[in-house]
Amino acid sequence: MASSAIAAERRAAASRGVRWGRVLPRVLAHAALAIGAVTMVIPFVWMVSTSLKTEDQVFVLPPLWIPTHPVWGNYARLFTEIPFARYIFNSAFVSISVMIGELVTSAISAFAFARLEFRGRDKIFAMYLATLMIPFHVRLIPIFLVMKFLGWLDTYYVLIIPQIFTVYGVFLMRQFFLNIPQELEDAARIDGCGNLRVLFNIILPLSGPVIATLAVFSFLNTWNDFLWPLIMTTSSNMRVIGVGLAQLQNEYFTLWTLLMAGSVLALLPTLIVFLIAQKYFVQGIAISGLKG
Amino acid sequence: MAAVSATVGAARRRRFDPSGYLFLLPSLLAFCVFIVFPVAASFYLAFTRYDILTPPRFVGVQNYVFMFTGDPIFWKVLGNTIYYSVVQVPLNVVVALALATALNMRLRGVVIYRTLYFVPVVSSIIAVAIVWRWMYDADWGILNWLISFVGIPKQNWLFDPKLAMPSVIAMNVWKNMGYNMVLFLAGLQGIPDVYYEAAKIDGARGWHLFRHITLPLLSPVMLFVLVISVINSFQVFGAIYIMTKGGPLDATNVLVYHLYFKGFQDLQMGYAAALAWVLFAFLFVITIVQTRFARSWVHYGQ
Repeated sequence: MASSAIAAERRAAASRGVRWGRVLPRVLAHAALAIGAVTMVIPFVWMVSTSLKTEDQVFVLPPLWIPTHPVWGNYARLFTEIPFARYIFNSAFVSISVMIGELVTSAISAFAFARLEFRGRDKIFAMYLATLMIPFHVRLIPIFLVMKFLGWLDTYYVLIIPQIFTVYGVFLMRQFFLNIPQELEDAARIDGCGNLRVLFNIILPLSGPVIATLAVFSFLNTWNDFLWPLIMTTSSNMRVIGVGLAQLQNEYFTLWTLLMAGSVLALLPTLIVFLIAQKYFVQGIAISGLKG
Repeated sequence: MAAVSATVGAARRRRFDPSGYLFLLPSLLAFCVFIVFPVAASFYLAFTRYDILTPPRFVGVQNYVFMFTGDPIFWKVLGNTIYYSVVQVPLNVVVALALATALNMRLRGVVIYRTLYFVPVVSSIIAVAIVWRWMYDADWGILNWLISFVGIPKQNWLFDPKLAMPSVIAMNVWKNMGYNMVLFLAGLQGIPDVYYEAAKIDGARGWHLFRHITLPLLSPVMLFVLVISVINSFQVFGAIYIMTKGGPLDATNVLVYHLYFKGFQDLQMGYAAALAWVLFAFLFVITIVQTRFARSWVHYGQ
């Protein structure tokens, strides 16, 4: 439909003899986008390239874009001298746990907010939303103190439990649940389904897109989170990859080969998740942005 | 709005169901423990002196008085934060809008471009900031090498008090503009073609179309982007922590970094809580002003 309209427009434009007027903006747009794309990519290329170099190939000008003899030694060092395997495991374990927890808490409460009728429901929801205005930093210190009091500092608990409930997750799921036709639910209820069955057999099977969106958001947010794990953990064993990488920089301030190898490892999982689930991620941003 | 009233209508047809409270229980519990209580506690702590080792001591508004009159760097930190926000947000928005407009021309390869622009958004700020540190390196960084071609001498980007903040800003624009671009692109794709066709019949072209059709119809998205971008810009931390540690000479010390340092290095928990409330106050006022002003320029048509 759209493409045929464009084609028709193009033919009309060509016949009027104003082809350049239509082509030039497109050429300029392509040029701008291409230059932008190169700018986007260069830091990553530079990162990978440096991570495969030996020390003596780093400090040269003009820069060596492709190492003459790529080496894997920097990566090996990260796994033998530094507990990078542990950092990666911690990040993966924490991110997946938070993701599952957030999906569960969000789905259950979004179901109540969107599909059940009880007194004070909309007031409670409005209260949830109101707290979105308060930056996380306001809560940071009391939560730190509570975690300390519970003896949870420097454990997996502190990295997971306080993170599994988010107003954002509830909001996102609620918006989606609201649009599921009431008739489907009514039919199930006539067949004798209770709330739990309605949630698990009717609502959730229809909510694939929003589950995927929240899952990807949650995973990437937790994986990339920095301030929280920086403050809440102290021992090397409990470091997530972001904190491990920051610590690596503190110790080897300009050992770029090692730092770049570590950076590649921190990026790789998020990149893979993003490329696989890009559709849901972009959708989620558009939904929460445009309907928020 | 329409969606809300539709649900209210649908909900009325349903009967009162007290088991709703049961479903809400877990999240309500979490809401109280991790949001309501910490907010209240933080409000109280901001009026105390507390170093974790000895019990908090109530000191009234002393923390706030010290912040505004005694803290030797508070005003500098606040100024830096505003500087960062005032430069980063417009740059980010302009570049993102330009990219989205270009992407919306139904060119070939849109998906590839969109992916490339978006990759930094999902990347770890720590990893990305370290690479940029390496690119900014005064002796061997590729940035100094690149500018040498146009005859600009070497710069000590992150260690020069004048250049450090712009350098951090450039990195963060690079990292975050893909996010705004996706929002703008979604907004642009939601503008029906008929508006453009009607305007074209009236003889509008190029810039006029953009100025009088695209921008007004995009204004709700623009408002959202501005609100979110300002909020995020006031909370910048990771990039500062990795690239400059607030230096040189506190030239890049921003609110959240100051808060982190006061709270978790100097163990002045009460003072750090007060800083957090000042951050909140600023964001609250700015957001209110933005949405109030919005009435004059945001176009809720259709």
